[in-house]
Amino acid sequence: MNKVYLTTPIRDEDIRDLRIGDIVYLTGELITGRDDVHQRAIKQGKALPVDLAGKAIFHAGPIMQEDVSQSSGYRVISVGPTTSMRMDRYQKEFLEKTGVKLIVGKGGMGPKTTEGCVQQCAIHTVFPGGCAVLAAERVEEVERVEWLDLGMPEAMWVMRVKDFGPLIVSIDTQGNNLFERNKKGFAEKQEPIIEQINKSVDFLH
Amino acid sequence: MDSRFLTASDAKARLTDIVASFTDYSSKHLPDDVVERLREMSEAEHSEFARIIYDAMFENMDMANRLDRPVCQDTGLVQYFVRVGTAFPYMDVIEGALQEAVLQATQSAPLRQNAVEVFDEKNTGTNIGYRVPWIEWEIVPGRDDIEIYMYMAGGGCSLPGMAKVLMPLEGYEGIVRFVFDRVTTLGINACPPLLVGVGIAGSAEVAAKLSKKALLRTIGSENPNPRGAMLEKQIRDGLDAVGIGPGGLTGAESVMAVHIEHAARHPATLAVGISTGCWAHRRSRIRIHSNLEYEVLSHRGVAL
Repeated sequence: MNKVYLTTPIRDEDIRDLRIGDIVYLTGELITGRDDVHQRAIKQGKALPVDLAGKAIFHAGPIMQEDVSQSSGYRVISVGPTTSMRMDRYQKEFLEKTGVKLIVGKGGMGPKTTEGCVQQCAIHTVFPGGCAVLAAERVEEVERVEWLDLGMPEAMWVMRVKDFGPLIVSIDTQGNNLFERNKKGFAEKQEPIIEQINKSVDFLH
Repeated sequence: MDSRFLTASDAKARLTDIVASFTDYSSKHLPDDVVERLREMSEAEHSEFARIIYDAMFENMDMANRLDRPVCQDTGLVQYFVRVGTAFPYMDVIEGALQEAVLQATQSAPLRQNAVEVFDEKNTGTNIGYRVPWIEWEIVPGRDDIEIYMYMAGGGCSLPGMAKVLMPLEGYEGIVRFVFDRVTTLGINACPPLLVGVGIAGSAEVAAKLSKKALLRTIGSENPNPRGAMLEKQIRDGLDAVGIGPGGLTGAESVMAVHIEHAARHPATLAVGISTGCWAHRRSRIRIHSNLEYEVLSHRGVAL
């Protein structure tokens, strides 16, 4: 397991040799984008209001609080990762369209996203789920917000972060996929266990 | 002050304040049984990933407490499960008070704005929406108090939810298969270690509802039927042997618990439902007496 510190803009050579299970800490710009942002960008083909090339996208819907002392008018309260698999439908095209290099989320993503990571030289990483205050404390500033008409969770929040992590690499640029591998292991392991339990649950008469 | 003299509007204001503070508090502090279970589970894990995740979880809980912030950014759709005594004097104002309480807690905590109107596809920005907060009622004869379970149904851990009607000859074997399949696939993305709620009944909606009620039970409690209790233990041990670990990154164990709730079924149907709760299981319980004094039952020694 390697530990790597990345700073945006991220270049291909910064991440090409990272492998699943490596741990990344990110400094620079991290922008939230989840279901509606992917829908708008890909299905509806709208132009994104933020240049994401070489940057990191965060599958997350934060709790933000209005704060007039901040230049953006907001400060972050809690911002943990959301379930990445929901974005599987459009993630590959999103990588192609934007040039995003690092995806931060929670749980696994499927074969299509994996393909996208290989083709675009990008990686998917996971932040510990539910650890939203821990994550918020690594945010230095909420720089601005776009597409706020989508509502607080779905808007694009542009945040400047420092040593944001631990981010565990779950899909690497070679197409290795940590959660698919784990899932396969769980599926194999569960068969004899289910068989064993089912020997003793024949309650019908 | 003798509460017999409270007007309906005073009673509503008082109830609103209690439930609002209770909801706010519950978003920031996990209930005692969950914290104890997580501590126990954390001690069983020694692999590097599992340690990273558990350490992050406990550091996060600690920071949430210290900074007075919601443990998880997804404060869910708020649901209340109300057991109301038939002699509770302020029955008329409970529903309004619960709605007000959500509005108030959304501002004070603050909670994330999660109510999206169906068809209009607009986030209301208040956590109030059509039929939301969702309220489930149970009438308790002969009591003059109310007991409220609050649950924050987050998106991630609501995703694995499902109910289906099996044919009886699929048997309990079919139920076991169904539960394993949900937990070891979608469940690994839902912030494990999960609390797994299973409902068994005669139709899909009853099984689904019971699976959610199973999540309200205290960890360590058992299904009252010996076979039910045995099945809970067998599924839990079986899932643990799969070794999902915290965050789905593999480990020594998988789930906080498996709870099964049941209702008698139809001879021709065997319905099963599943609901899962993430490790940040924000489920709390309060009893409010007829004089509007209260006790928080899920968190020891808490005065709101």
